[in-house]
Amino acid sequence: MNPILEAKNLSMNFGGLKALDRVDIDVLPGQITALIGPNGAGKTTFFNCITGIYSPTGGDIFITPSGGGRKKITGINIHKVTENGVARTFQNIRIFPDMTVLENVMIGRHCRTEAGVLGAILRDKGTMTEEKAIVARSYEILKKIGITEHVNLLARNLPYGAQRRLEIARALATDPFLLLLDEPAAGMNPQETRDLEALIISIRDEWEISVFLIEHDMRLVMGLSDSVYVMDYGEMLARGTPQEIRQNPEVIKAYLGEDVSA
Amino acid sequence: MSTLNYTKYMEGMKQAVVVSLWFMFLTFPIMVIRVNTIENIIEWRWMNMLYIGAGSFILSFVWRKMSGRGISARKESIGAQGGRKFYLQRLVSEKRLSLPALGIVAVIALFFPFVSSIYQTNIMTTALMYVVLGLGLNIVVGQAGLLNLGYVAFYAAGAYTYALLYHHFGVGFWLALPLGALAATVLGVLLALPVLRLQGDYLAIVTLGFGEITRLVLENWNEFSYGPSGISGIPRPGLFGMEMDMHEATVYLYFLMILLCIITIFVVNRLQDSRIGRALLALREDEIACQAMGINKTMVKLTAFALGSTWAGLVGVIFAAKTTFVNPASFTFLESAMILSIVVLGGTGSIIGIIIGALLLILLPEYLRAFGDYRMLLFGIIMVIMMIFRPQGIVTGVRKTYEFHTEEK
Ligand SMILES: Nc1ncnc2c1ncn2[C@@H]1O[C@H](COP(=O)(O)OP(=O)(O)O)[C@@H](O)[C@H]1O
Ligand SMILES: [Mg+2]
Repeated sequence: MNPILEAKNLSMNFGGLKALDRVDIDVLPGQITALIGPNGAGKTTFFNCITGIYSPTGGDIFITPSGGGRKKITGINIHKVTENGVARTFQNIRIFPDMTVLENVMIGRHCRTEAGVLGAILRDKGTMTEEKAIVARSYEILKKIGITEHVNLLARNLPYGAQRRLEIARALATDPFLLLLDEPAAGMNPQETRDLEALIISIRDEWEISVFLIEHDMRLVMGLSDSVYVMDYGEMLARGTPQEIRQNPEVIKAYLGEDVSA
Repeated sequence: MSTLNYTKYMEGMKQAVVVSLWFMFLTFPIMVIRVNTIENIIEWRWMNMLYIGAGSFILSFVWRKMSGRGISARKESIGAQGGRKFYLQRLVSEKRLSLPALGIVAVIALFFPFVSSIYQTNIMTTALMYVVLGLGLNIVVGQAGLLNLGYVAFYAAGAYTYALLYHHFGVGFWLALPLGALAATVLGVLLALPVLRLQGDYLAIVTLGFGEITRLVLENWNEFSYGPSGISGIPRPGLFGMEMDMHEATVYLYFLMILLCIITIFVVNRLQDSRIGRALLALREDEIACQAMGINKTMVKLTAFALGSTWAGLVGVIFAAKTTFVNPASFTFLESAMILSIVVLGGTGSIIGIIIGALLLILLPEYLRAFGDYRMLLFGIIMVIMMIFRPQGIVTGVRKTYEFHTEEK
């Protein structure tokens, strides 16, 4: 199986700080891959490099969409990354608070549609057909995510857990082949976390979108992931199946402590 | 007021002070020092510095309130989408109420020039011009969230396009109208290009400078713009070559402005619930997330500036035709501030709010002439009070709602 996302020797320095130090990561298609590590390990920085928010100071990033050729995306613009089929959510929720829930998802369709200013003013048939398709598709996604009652509510008024789900819905609306989730369960209660777990699995199995997630909830990571990467101080410490990671003495020492083997 | 609120408050104040100090420093050479070439002395206009300081303090404070960065009273945003509704809001959002209201407004608008004096019709025409200017600036500031303090430059571009085209080539009003809009749009894109990376206060400072520079160029480039004395003798708009007296011309211009207002409202309304309109909003809400949704930030910013300045260009041409005379004194920073105030007071992102804001801000001072120079002070105070108690403006923008028929499974 060819990896759909490859980071080769990826480095990111902030002044003297090596937030990422020659990191190699492969994400395989059809899998849920997890990235774990203590706070400040460089996980979010890694996502930011992949998605063009930071330009890495060294190394390369390649993607291989299903049915497409291998493509280098190092340092390209944020929106280009999304256009290329890699969507993400943020550790600190970044929904559009003063837009409605539905509109938040409709924004995700932007890069897959093309109506311009003239179309908006004239409302010609093509534009209206496209607009209807945007609305229908967005609603469909919200339905699958489990938000149907509050579609016209301003996103700021959604409960916290729902806001996190909305961010996922919005990312899915961009038709990605790979979805990056930065601590999606942060701040969720146990019930919400269980729902999230089911959602992530359905994204992989039903939507056939590969998932790459950063997560602190060990139970969630170990139960969900096909493959796990462990990072510490910007360096890759280990990779393997959840089983292997659990038993890796270095990982236990650096990060996991006692509670994993239990 | 709780201590937390109070701290935030002081923080906002402090930042506003810093910004106003910056502005005073930056505009020092332009606004304070004046070389009097006739008597060969340097004039120090310290009062100007005071005005700039106070003005930028108020604006910065207002802006912070608006964007909810400094002092976030906006959390309890009010509107149909999860909160209380104000009566004005209901008037706008409920068809049962809004249709009759619209009818009444239409009747008043239709008969206004026939029951009032030329003077009043003129003022109303001016107010309508500011409605269009406000709606135009709202695209940039209210929707895309880009604080533009140099909007007057595009207004000037329209006015001077007509003035110069007429002066040199005898171009008439109707041809100048689209050309003025085009000139303003091009200027908008030209300004947008270098400021693409800037946000917030920095964008404000640069656009402010841009507006002032435009005015200074017009003032000093005699060969091009005929300097401070400007260009006179610009013809009023024609109507199939009909001869019109002063009164008829005024009424005609009034109805032209009504028409332009309707067109503007129509277009702006369609834009705001379109794919492009949503992209503008997303940019305002969160620039990073907006890009992460696959939206090209550069294109959206250029579009916002272009769309916004087009309206200023159109109104600029009409301004030139209305006054039959243009000079740089009509395009000072105060003009930009006025238009921005309309947007902020009316409610960023709300068409009806901006119309009300424009009418209030232009008509009230006319009828409050008794207050003389205190008008501007009053104005500033009202703005600050407004921002404290109703930071979202008179009317909040209400987002479009969609209905779905949940089919049974
Ligand atoms: N823009 C930045 N500028 C400077 N330092 C940064 C920046 N972003 C992240 N860092 C630093 O990089 C390190 C890794 O941060 P981050 O990737 O957010 O960690 P994690 O997500 O694993 O908790 C931290 O020490 C953080 O302070
Ligand atoms: Mg992080």
